[in-house]
Formats: sequence, structure tokens, C-alpha cells
Amino acid sequence: MTYIAKPKFHHPGLKKNELGYTHRDYEGKISTLCAGCGHDSITASIIEACYELSIEPHRVAKISGIGCSSKTPDYFLGNSHGFNSVHGRMPSVLTGANLANRDLIYLGVSGDGDSASIGFGQFAHSIRRGVNMTYIVENNGVYGLTKGQFSATADRGSKSKKGVTNTDNAIDLVAIALQLGATFVARSFSGDKTQLVPLIAAAIRHKGASFIDVISPCIAFNNHAGSTKSFDYVREHNDAVNRLDVLVGRDPIAVDYAPGTVQVVEQHDGSKIALRKIDADYDPHDRLGAQTFLQKHAAKGQIVTGLLYVDPDAEDLHEHLNTVETPLNTLEADTLCPGSAVLDKINASLR
Amino acid sequence: MPDKKPISSVNDFVVRFANVNGSGSASANEMFARAILRHGVPVSPRNIFPSNIQGLPTWYEVRVTEHGHLGARGGVDMMVAMNPQTWDKDVAGIEPGGYLFYDSTKPMPSTKFRDDITVIGVPLTAITNSTYTDPRQRQLFKNIIYLGALSALLDMDPKLIEQLIGEQYKGKEKLLSSNVHALHLGRDWALQNLKCPLGLRVKKSDKVGDRIFIEGNSAAALGAVYGGATVCAWYPITPSSSVAEAFTAHCKKYRHDPETGKAKYAIVQGEDELASIGIVIGASWNGARAFTATSGPGISLMTEFIGLSYFAEIPAVIMNIQRAGPSTGMPTRTQQCDIIACAYASHGDTKHVLLFPEDPAEAFEFAAAAFDLAERLQTTIFLMLDLDIGMNHRLCRPLKWDDAKQYDRGKVMTAEMLEEGRDFGRYLDVDGDGIPYRTYPGTHPTKGSYFTRGTSRDRYARYSEEGTVYADNMQRLVRKFETAQDLVPRPLQANAERPTKYGVIYFGSTSPAMDEAIGLLEARGHQLDRLRIRAFPFHSSVASFLAEHDFVYVVEQNRDSQLRQLIVNENGIDPVRLVPIVHYDGSPITARFIAKAIGDHQDHLKVTPLRKAVS
Ligand SMILES: Cc1ncc(C[n+]2csc(CCOP(=O)(O)OP(=O)(O)O)c2C)c(N)n1
Ligand code: SF4
Repeated sequence: MTYIAKPKFHHPGLKKNELGYTHRDYEGKISTLCAGCGHDSITASIIEACYELSIEPHRVAKISGIGCSSKTPDYFLGNSHGFNSVHGRMPSVLTGANLANRDLIYLGVSGDGDSASIGFGQFAHSIRRGVNMTYIVENNGVYGLTKGQFSATADRGSKSKKGVTNTDNAIDLVAIALQLGATFVARSFSGDKTQLVPLIAAAIRHKGASFIDVISPCIAFNNHAGSTKSFDYVREHNDAVNRLDVLVGRDPIAVDYAPGTVQVVEQHDGSKIALRKIDADYDPHDRLGAQTFLQKHAAKGQIVTGLLYVDPDAEDLHEHLNTVETPLNTLEADTLCPGSAVLDKINASLR
Repeated sequence: MPDKKPISSVNDFVVRFANVNGSGSASANEMFARAILRHGVPVSPRNIFPSNIQGLPTWYEVRVTEHGHLGARGGVDMMVAMNPQTWDKDVAGIEPGGYLFYDSTKPMPSTKFRDDITVIGVPLTAITNSTYTDPRQRQLFKNIIYLGALSALLDMDPKLIEQLIGEQYKGKEKLLSSNVHALHLGRDWALQNLKCPLGLRVKKSDKVGDRIFIEGNSAAALGAVYGGATVCAWYPITPSSSVAEAFTAHCKKYRHDPETGKAKYAIVQGEDELASIGIVIGASWNGARAFTATSGPGISLMTEFIGLSYFAEIPAVIMNIQRAGPSTGMPTRTQQCDIIACAYASHGDTKHVLLFPEDPAEAFEFAAAAFDLAERLQTTIFLMLDLDIGMNHRLCRPLKWDDAKQYDRGKVMTAEMLEEGRDFGRYLDVDGDGIPYRTYPGTHPTKGSYFTRGTSRDRYARYSEEGTVYADNMQRLVRKFETAQDLVPRPLQANAERPTKYGVIYFGSTSPAMDEAIGLLEARGHQLDRLRIRAFPFHSSVASFLAEHDFVYVVEQNRDSQLRQLIVNENGIDPVRLVPIVHYDGSPITARFIAKAIGDHQDHLKVTPLRKAVS
């Protein structure tokens, strides 16, 4: 197999962000996924979001499981450390990494096979623990890398490329994330960059467990008639609840509001996300409402996209564990080891 | 009078308490053991407990051992029979001439006793019921009352027991005085109604020295604190749960920032073993010292990740407190049965470093060292304890720490080194020892980042399924394992007084029984050189030891002689010269067992042509 590095050539006219980084600095290797795969669009959105947030690329740790989707971290943020772990276990590896160094940004990328089947437990528990991360599932309803078997998010009654009908009920990861207490829950569509980029950016700024389910059509195995994850099907059934932009730090610019109510959500770190609601009644602070909303639309066969729920005051696992601010991986013997005098006392107490 | 002469022994006997799980007897029994220690007499206690919470039989055995033999002895000199359910078996287990101590409140038919033992009846229930009305108090104080009676029967100094009670209930005056009262109730009754003391006696001595009394799991957890572990992820499983629980307790005491009160550690009870080892690997990848504690079934679940740790070269420390397998096996019984499972854990060609501490003191040392080794070698290190060391108090030398010690963080390329222009290839063997450099995530804006994966890749961490690239990497991993040989604790050899062609190899919790067995074998006229293996990969001295002896016995606590398999496999030697001595019924191996098995084999060698055929 090949390893294809992108040419290092930088166009002198490339736009720079606040930190002086260009788009190129957020790119990775050339994708080896099928041309047209939804996952590549998500990669592009991640690059865009990180560029816009002016993140230092090397301060991001990208962790994934196994699958086509899990390969994507190699295709963005080439100067960050990446970790392609084992199938379905991204959440635990990310949790450990996060515990070791709370100062980095953790991006978890997974597939629906990875997260809704073999890794369903790890998905649930990392959300429930409130690990500070952005957890993105690139959801195509099939196992791409193993060639087209149904995944657990495939809708009941949908057909595989080989013509087999799925008789199992689907798992809705968004509904589960809401139920488990995720403090940022969103869904989007890989082809809708306008919606996806700010969602990813907001998720990164959010402190706590952010979960984004991105419907991401698989060109090879799930883009046929009868599939409910095809480009055409999703475009027809997409019912966006809101649009949002991220306003970072000291630069709170007004967003391009469309008609309807505007809602500004203040994040824990001070950054604000402004939501432009399409549905006038939608309140992204209402977990129960979000669950009902989701279910109502699911019953109608519609896919709800947008920011469904956010808790601006969320705490993360480090706060639950009351860990020191200094990253644990920098602590050395002088501060970790109680020393021989203490050991002598311990010895004395054991006689 | 019994028809066999009552056993008479000072400071050298075995008392076994038969109780019902959940009856609150554990603390009284442990106090009995500690009280003997306070007399300056070594003890070696063992819990024998069922895999349930309440109602089933449980035993606590105290070997009183002036000579300091800390292995299980086998046989019972005095049975404190408090469990009607196991009465027959308990009575049958007493050595001829031994003693039976029982609650004589209800009369028993004479058929329930034996003629060759001394029976001591104390109406415990009657005494408790006449003193206490509360049912829970009745149950708890009954235990202290029998402790009091035993103290009179065995000639123990009550002051020393009172002292222990005082330490236990420091600040809780009411509990303190009521316990002392109960102690004397039992003691006085025995002094007034029974012939005290018995043939079995405790006499003050000075054989304990500065040794400490601690459980292996607690010592290992303390080793993790001293060794700088900051992340612990675990999932409850007997007999390893107390490692994580002890780590939590030690951290609460020693690892909070005095100013902010914040924790310099993170402990997560994972949803299962998969998550626990995943967290450990994620944390270690990111430069923290991390560990998990588990037992056999947990190891089975962790194997995919262990393969990742091996191949992607990420440090990890796993404390495996072994219990009897396979499957759920006997969860509360001891064995050394995960040797092969751990040495070659996971699919494909893998080899892992195993450490075999013999007692809590070594458990402490090796646990701390495991973190240095894991980071130095960038791989999984297994600390192989078992239930017998892990969950029993053992007398051992005091724990030691050198304050000058810095942690060995292994080969980590820093931002400065990258700035200097050092060539960074994640899997480059720069020093020829098979160990490459790594960088922590977030080190440098443009240099040193790489992609970690369990998939094959080249020396610069670039995905590659080229056969030669893969083989090159696998060869380097072999080199790294060879390097490990000189970093792990070496085997310890002790030679017989006279030159001998026979040797014995053993490891871990078998040690004290083996030390004692050597004496028993010498008494039978057998001389053996000893080699205690303390780690895998095996040091070259193991091969030399094998070469120097015609026969080497390998003593271990599993059915299939797993260490022997590993030795044969790794040293490519003729298996006939390695004689398996195995004990695997879930009870700790005894000196008597070892001496008989080896002694019989030795006797056999002398009278049959077998020796010639195979030597
Ligand atoms: C333990 C284990 N079981 C099975 C596999 C095989 N496997 C590789 S990727 C994959 C499914 C990937 O599906 P998904 O997560 O939906 O990602 P996609 O390829 O569709 O993006 C499977 C089953 C594996 N690598 N490991
Ligand atoms: S198989 Fe499907 S998911 Fe995998 S790369 Fe191709 S289009 Fe994408």
C-alpha cells in the first residue's frame, strides 16, 4: 500500500487565521477512501472548523477505532498525533489520553459499526462520564471497510446492496447520547458543510462530552435505492432545526440571522454559540424536549439535524474526579512519590 | 483422655477457625494472628473463603511458626469449629493428638467427636446470650469471647491483645471497653473451667524483628503510588479488586495537593476490562503512568489491546492477581495458572514481560519497577501475583524506597531534541537495543507527530504492508525483548551444601513453601540447588542452571506446568530433564507436598534405570 504525502507547496496568497496558520496546516495525508465517500466531506469540515477556531494543530489528539471512518484522522491535522486503536474502543483510549493530559483537544472519530455495535458500551460510558471530547460518528448505516454488512444504525426495512432486508431495529445514537447525559448533542449531514462546520467548532469549544452524529453516505455500499442513508434519501428527509455559528473569544460578531428567533448560548470557556432556529419552538437547553422532538420526527421518517441539546455549564470528567490543573503526564517523582520517610511510617503502622 | 498423646508444641502449630461467611469472625481471627505476632512469634495466616457473600463456610488458618516458615503447612493442630455445616469435615481434618474447640451450649452426641483428639467445649452461645440482648452484638462478641478463651488455653498475654483492641478502636472508647470486656469474659471462663494452658502454647520470642505484616495487593498498590502511577482504570474481580481499592485509599492519603486539595491521580472504574486496559493504553500513549489490576477472565478480555500495546509499542502495566481457572474456575482459590496466557497474550506473534514477586515486599518493589520497565520498553508489563500473596497478610521485610530515585521515562524525544534536528522515526532503532524513541502528543508544532496504529507500518510510522518492512519491525521487537532480559529482576540462585546434579526452579508465592521444603528434603537425604525465577524473559542464567543439572524440578501451582512449558519453549531444551511438580487444587502449595513429590521422585531415580535413560 502507498503512503501519499501531500506536496509541501504553500500558495503564498493562502488566507491565514488568527494564529497565522493556513488551511494547509490543518490538512493531513491524501485520503485513500473511495472518491465521493461522505467521510471525506466530514474531514473537510473538521479542517475548516479547526482553521476557523485558530486551533494550534499539534494541540489536538485525534483518536479513532477501526473502519473507513476511523482512517480519516490520518487525512486531517497532519501535525497532530493520531491513534487508530482497535475496533470499537476509541472511547476508552480517548478517555485515558484525556486523563493523562487535560490540556489537549480530543477529537474522537468513529463509525456506526465501530460505535453502535462492538463499541456501543464504550460509546455510552464515555458520554456518561462526561469526557471532554468531540465525538464524531461518521454514520453510513453499513460496515464500509468489511464491505457492506448492515450496521446497528441501519433502519429496519432498509435494503443492503445485495438486496437483503434489515429486520432489526435501528439504534439512534443521538437519542442515546441525550439519554446518557451528553452535554452537547448534534446531528448533521456530511454534505451540509454550512451546518456541519460550526457544529464541529461549537463541539470543540464545549467543555464536556460533545457528540455529533453525522450522516455520511457510503458511496460503495449504501447509496442505492432502498437505502435510507443515500444522498438522495437524506436530502429529501433532512429537517434542520437550527443553524449556528461560533463566536470565539473577544470577537463576538453578529451572525447572519435568518428569520425566526435567535439564541445565544454561552459556553463554559466564554465562547458563545448563536443559534438561528428554524423551528420557532425549539429550545436547545431542554433535554427532554430534544428527546421528544427527535422521536416525533423519527416517527415521521424524518432526520432531525442541528444542535439538539447543549448544557453551557457542563462539567467534565476531570472536574468529577477533582484532578489537579497540571496535566498528570507532567508530574514527576518529586510530587508523586511520598518518599522514604512516609514509607517508614507506613512500615511502622504494619507491625 | 484421648487415646493418642495430645500434641505438645510451643510456637509451632496450626490453628484453623471454621466460620460462616458474614458472621463477623474475620476481625477476631485476624486479631488472634496479630496477637501472636506481638509475642514476637512469626505467623502465616490464610483466608479460605467461598465465592459468595453470606452463609457459606469460610476458614481462617493461622500457622504459628517460630522458625518463620511462611508457606502453608497442611494439617490442623487445633480446630476452632464454629460452623455446624462443616463440622464433620472439620473434625476429620484434625491431626491425631490435636484439639477441637467448640461451642458446647448444645450437647452433641459422642459420635460427633474423635477418640484421638482433645475436645474443649466452651458454652459460647450461653455466655453471650446471658450478657448481650442485641442479636448483632451477640454474634460479634461471641467471636471475641472465643478469642479470650483461646488466649487462656494457649497461654497468651492478654495485655498484648488489649493493646491491639486499643489500636483498632482508637477514639471509640465504648467499642474499646466492650471488646476488652468480651475478651475477659471468655478468658475468665476458660481459666475457671478448663485446664489451661494446653500442650499448644505461645511463648514470647524475638523472631519477628522489624518485619511488617501486609497483604500483597495492598503492597502492590503502594508500589504503584511510589512508582508514579497517576491513572488507574479497573473493573471489579476477585482477587484483584483490593489492589484498586488500596490504590484509591493510598492516593487519598498521599496524593492530594495540600493547597488546592486536588487529586494528583485519576481512578476510573471502567465498564469492563476492555475499557480499563483501553484507558491505560490511552493514558500511557499520552505520557502518564497507568495501570489496571485484574485476574484471569479480565486478561482474556484484554488480549486484543495487549497485542496493540505490544505492536504499537505503548507502555501498560497490568497487575494480574491469579485465581483458579479456566473460565470462572474457583474465583476465590489460588493458582499460578495464567503464565502462558500472559506470556503470549493476544493474536499473532507476541511476547510479554512478566514479573513474579514472591511476597508483599517484592510486590511493592516490582510494582514500582513495572512503570519504569513499561516506559523503558514501551510495552505491557505484567505483575503476576496470585490470591495467596494478594489477599493474605504476609510477614515480609519492611518496604524500602530510595529518595534519590527518579523515574525512568524511557526514550522520549522532547521538543528541544526535535529542535536540535534529531531524526525522529517512531520505529527507528537508533541505539540497536530494539527500543525506538517516542514523542508525546502536543510536543512540537511541526515536528515529531506521528500516527499510532496496530496496523503494520515502516520505521517512520507510515502505513505499510510491505513484507520486508513488516518483518523488519517484527525482528526489532525480538531485539527489544532480548534487551528486556537484562532490565528485569534476575533469578536468584541458592546452592545446596554439597554439590548436586539436581535442581529446582520455582517462582512467586511458592517461595516460602519451597524454602521450607528444602529443609525437609535435606532431612530425607536429598540435596538440591534452587533457582527462583523472578521474571520473563528468562535471564541467561536460567539456561546455565539447566545445563548444570541432570534434572530440574519445576514447582508450580497449575495443572499443565506452565512455567516449565515456557522454559522448554524459550530455551529449546529437552523437556525430559524438566520434571513437573504441580499442585492445583486451589489451596496454597505446602512444603509437605513439595518435599513428598520431589522426595519420591528422587528415591525413584535411585532405584530404577530411569536415571540412566534420561540423564
Ligand atoms: C475485533 C474486530 N472485529 C472485526 C473487525 C473487522 N472490521 C473492521 S472495520 C469494521 C466495521 C467498520 O464499520 P464502521 O465502523 O461503520 O465504519 P465504516 O467503514 O463504515 O466507515 C469491522 C467489522 C476488526 N477490525 N476487529
Ligand atoms: S467503502 Fe464506503 S465508507 Fe468506505 S471509503 Fe468507500 S464509500 Fe467510504
